[in-house]
Amino acid sequence: MAITGEYLGMPVAIDELDIENLEYFRYCAQHDFRLQKCQSCGYLRYPPGTACPWCTGMEFEWTAVEPRGAVYSYGEVHHAIQPAFRGHTPYMILLVELDAQRGEPSPDEGLRVAGNLVTPDGELAPPEMVQRVGVGSRLRMVFVNAGEGIAIPQWTIDEAAPQPERPWRYPQE
Amino acid sequence: MTTPTMDASTERHLRDKYAIVGVGETTYTRGSGRTTRALGTWAIKNAMEDAGMGPGDIDGMLSYSNNDSTPSPMLAGDLGIRLNFYMDVYGGGSSTEALIGIAIGVIEAGMCNTVAIFRSMNGYSQVRIGGTGARAAAPVSGDALHARTYGWMSAGQNFSQSFMRHMYDYGTTPEQLAMVKVIHSEHASNNPKAYYKQRYTVDDVVNSRFIVKPLHLLDCCVETDNATAIIVTRADRAYDWRHTPARILSVVGRCCKPRIDMHYQHGPISTVAGHYAKDILWPNAGVGPTDVDVTGSYDAFTFTTMLQLEDYGFCKKGEGGDYVSSGAMRLGGERPNNTSGGHLCEGYTHGMNMVIENVRQLRGDVDDYCPQGPDGKRQHTFDYNEGKCRQVNDVGITANLGWAMPGTGSAMVMRKG
Repeated sequence: MAITGEYLGMPVAIDELDIENLEYFRYCAQHDFRLQKCQSCGYLRYPPGTACPWCTGMEFEWTAVEPRGAVYSYGEVHHAIQPAFRGHTPYMILLVELDAQRGEPSPDEGLRVAGNLVTPDGELAPPEMVQRVGVGSRLRMVFVNAGEGIAIPQWTIDEAAPQPERPWRYPQE
Repeated sequence: MTTPTMDASTERHLRDKYAIVGVGETTYTRGSGRTTRALGTWAIKNAMEDAGMGPGDIDGMLSYSNNDSTPSPMLAGDLGIRLNFYMDVYGGGSSTEALIGIAIGVIEAGMCNTVAIFRSMNGYSQVRIGGTGARAAAPVSGDALHARTYGWMSAGQNFSQSFMRHMYDYGTTPEQLAMVKVIHSEHASNNPKAYYKQRYTVDDVVNSRFIVKPLHLLDCCVETDNATAIIVTRADRAYDWRHTPARILSVVGRCCKPRIDMHYQHGPISTVAGHYAKDILWPNAGVGPTDVDVTGSYDAFTFTTMLQLEDYGFCKKGEGGDYVSSGAMRLGGERPNNTSGGHLCEGYTHGMNMVIENVRQLRGDVDDYCPQGPDGKRQHTFDYNEGKCRQVNDVGITANLGWAMPGTGSAMVMRKG
């Protein structure tokens, strides 16, 4: 069955034919981060898709993955395009490389999961929090409910983890 | 100016068998006051006049758009052209070179003889390139949930992680990137057609407001309304027309990195599609980067020019910041880039104006502020001060490096016919 919801005032929807996304976000709604694990080669993949990009295997199992990692890169939006984000600048668009499967199948690959920097309770991060985060920062996932059967995976600072002394940030603040 | 140093003795893949024989454009405006049908017709008409062609001389048509244009049959109808082939494809940046390759293929297959390729867009007054307007407020569904939900939608937002990672990996600085805008603005100041003719400094760029870090406002291209057109035909027919043809040595079309569904998953993201495209482009052309006199490296952003010049081998990997700030790509430098001012200054066309510029550079006939001779042609002085010349002396070989996104690019090498 299709899912509809709302996030930051934006209507969000998943069509009933889009089985992989329906299942991914249904797990998110239970605050359970799962990725497809290929039954042929055993690699996880992100984002959800129909076949395994490494071996073309079509069989997979939704597998719980530790939702922690380090910032691989980011952009920091100061001029929002979408109306939903205009009141939230600056906001970060993060690529967080999970600890799981880092450097596999090749040394330069990893599961780089997108998201924004948010507070522990899921609000888009205020400017002083944005300034604490850069490449190498340790983050953990939080889920922001967006309706029946859907929550949006987001990232917040993993206060329990050792952080780099000075995460790399763009030179001009 | 230079002679090929790579093995050019073995003919490969229609090398040198096709040519661009006509180019044309509308003015670059914000607020054209015309439909994309009218703009496209105007550009093709200009390209036909440039070549000295009538409607019976063209029998193929190709265009690209993001569903923001008018398809070929309308323009062909307006111009009285009977088509043996046409196709209107989806896509923006990187389409120009790819469609030239398609034109070569369909002519080679005997499907038609001469193809006009156009891009017509009201990129400022109708469907804005920055993604603002109604599209920005549309519901988010399906695969877009992994991007637009995060305010990750416009080109600048989408590419920012790749740009940032290049700075992290190689120590590239904002001031080095700013030089791309500085140099392209110098070129534009000598281009009567450029939308922005003002020269900028490094300070202007790094002190302009942030759009999405690492991009300041002046690291981003302009949004304009315009149409552009080029005409492709076989080399053995290319000398029937008005100008010296620009002969095509090789093309690459929408060459991709792995995992193009989400290219951030693969490899160092500070490496772009040119890393793969170069291995098609140079061997097929029979020349290499050091043989090239003028480049046209897509400048949707200052970074896109740098990343491509680097991955196509104009400098070592990681040294793009040094290359673009060295003066090599300035008029009068070793290998000028985007001598019209490009997307940062002349106007935004999803790549076609940079191909048009290189065709004119190869002819030795760019428009600038040099005095005109009795034949109406500019008598080029090669004085590159503001308001003077932008013709490069004795251009033999050019390269165009087209960009769709970090994971996809196209390219073309041309020589003077």
